[in-house]
Amino acid sequence: MLKGHQSWVFENKPSIVSVATTVGPFEGQGPLADDFDIVHSELYLGQDSWEKAEKAFLEEAAKMAIQHAGLTEGQIQFHFGGDLMNQIVSSSFAARTLTIPYLGLFGACSTSMESLALAAYVVNSGGAKHTLAATCSHNASVEKQFRYPTEYGSQKPPTAQFTVTGAGAAVVGQEGNGPYITSATIGRVVDMGITDPFNMGAAMAPAAVDTIEAHFRDLQIEPGYYDLIVTGDLSKVGYEIACDLFKKHNVPMEQTTYSDCGMMIYDYKTQNVQAGASGCACSAVVTYGHLLNRMRRGELNRILVVATGALLSPLTYQQNESIPGIAHAVSIEREK
Amino acid sequence: MVSKKKKKLTPVMQEYQTLAKNREPSKFAFNKLCRAFLVGGIICLLGQIIQQLFISLGGFSVKEAGSPTVGVLVLISVILTSLGVYDKIAQWAGAGTAVPVTGFANAMASAAIEYRRDGIVLGMGGSIFKVAGPVIVFGTVAAFAVGIAYVIFDPNIVGG
Repeated sequence: MLKGHQSWVFENKPSIVSVATTVGPFEGQGPLADDFDIVHSELYLGQDSWEKAEKAFLEEAAKMAIQHAGLTEGQIQFHFGGDLMNQIVSSSFAARTLTIPYLGLFGACSTSMESLALAAYVVNSGGAKHTLAATCSHNASVEKQFRYPTEYGSQKPPTAQFTVTGAGAAVVGQEGNGPYITSATIGRVVDMGITDPFNMGAAMAPAAVDTIEAHFRDLQIEPGYYDLIVTGDLSKVGYEIACDLFKKHNVPMEQTTYSDCGMMIYDYKTQNVQAGASGCACSAVVTYGHLLNRMRRGELNRILVVATGALLSPLTYQQNESIPGIAHAVSIEREK
Repeated sequence: MVSKKKKKLTPVMQEYQTLAKNREPSKFAFNKLCRAFLVGGIICLLGQIIQQLFISLGGFSVKEAGSPTVGVLVLISVILTSLGVYDKIAQWAGAGTAVPVTGFANAMASAAIEYRRDGIVLGMGGSIFKVAGPVIVFGTVAAFAVGIAYVIFDPNIVGG
């Protein structure tokens, strides 16, 4: 259970019973296209607004994950989820369709691992047989809410990130053939005074480093324990800053491979995404799609996924507030 | 302003911001300037051609040809916006597409398209000036200030 200051060790090893990922057309042009269950050819999914489309992505991924597990909605006890929209409407409205008892979460883009950590905690403690963790984001709905109208011609700076369109869902259960969720570290909110909403990588990097260091400290392990450590959506700028911070704090990250989901999903050469990807769906689809596939193929045995979130709103930015960052880490292992 | 802001930051934060700044790719690039100059110039050239056509084919005077020329440029911008092309050109061209009247038309049209789904009155009607509104507000304020200055410093008006 509680280990160290802010980590949970799951001694019953809850299993990721099944996962499902669904993405938009732009993600389908990226290098990880084959790892996603469904690649849509358009952004609307037959809906008449971006917000409704985002909800449709989430519903589809959640239903598919439950189906892959060979279960029905009635056999899942709790649904943990969130998204980036105001009042997390996409998630809550999808929960209306799913009818599973629901706990809505907001951790910005860190919600993917926040929900998985809680889903695993509840299963581990015997609070549920099966739980669902699901998150989504939609490029156009995020642009509309946080930035400008989607068709507005503004030039993005090189530090800007492209929000992933898609949804990722995982069913966590007491029994299963793995991969298993072995521990989680809940991060604190870290704010280093970055105010540029087009440079969220720099705002989130200190939080990611803080959580990763806390994870090693609490579990008394070294980076070499993991085959791969990934951060959620720091992208190029934030990733380089995080590497600098690890070096400065003498964290021996060279023992392992450190990467970032925001740098994996798009092709920098052909897709014009500035620093890289972001969004709740970024770490969700890369982890549930690409990384778990690699674990199943035996390429990876132990991974640590550290989803990062920038807890800003358009209002806080206009009122000259800086951008607080947060990160939650979940450790996934192939064998018990 | 910058020093005032910096004062609020703790030494750790300041140290981090210096570190983060080193990793931030520069926003300034000479090729961006060239692109903005090129595209802005092309739009102006296009405007000039349209104006000449109005004068030579439509029989307008130079003064009369101004308004329909702006109208045509706005129309082109709105069509490109609704086809989803304008924002892609703008990412490449930067200020080149933002400064001419086409940028203003794009700001209005993109907001109209985006908020149409939230309803005609409260959605489109309420949010159409979301991006262009500040331009109008401060454009009017600036025009007022210039008008006052004109009255004060123009001897003909004061004398008259």
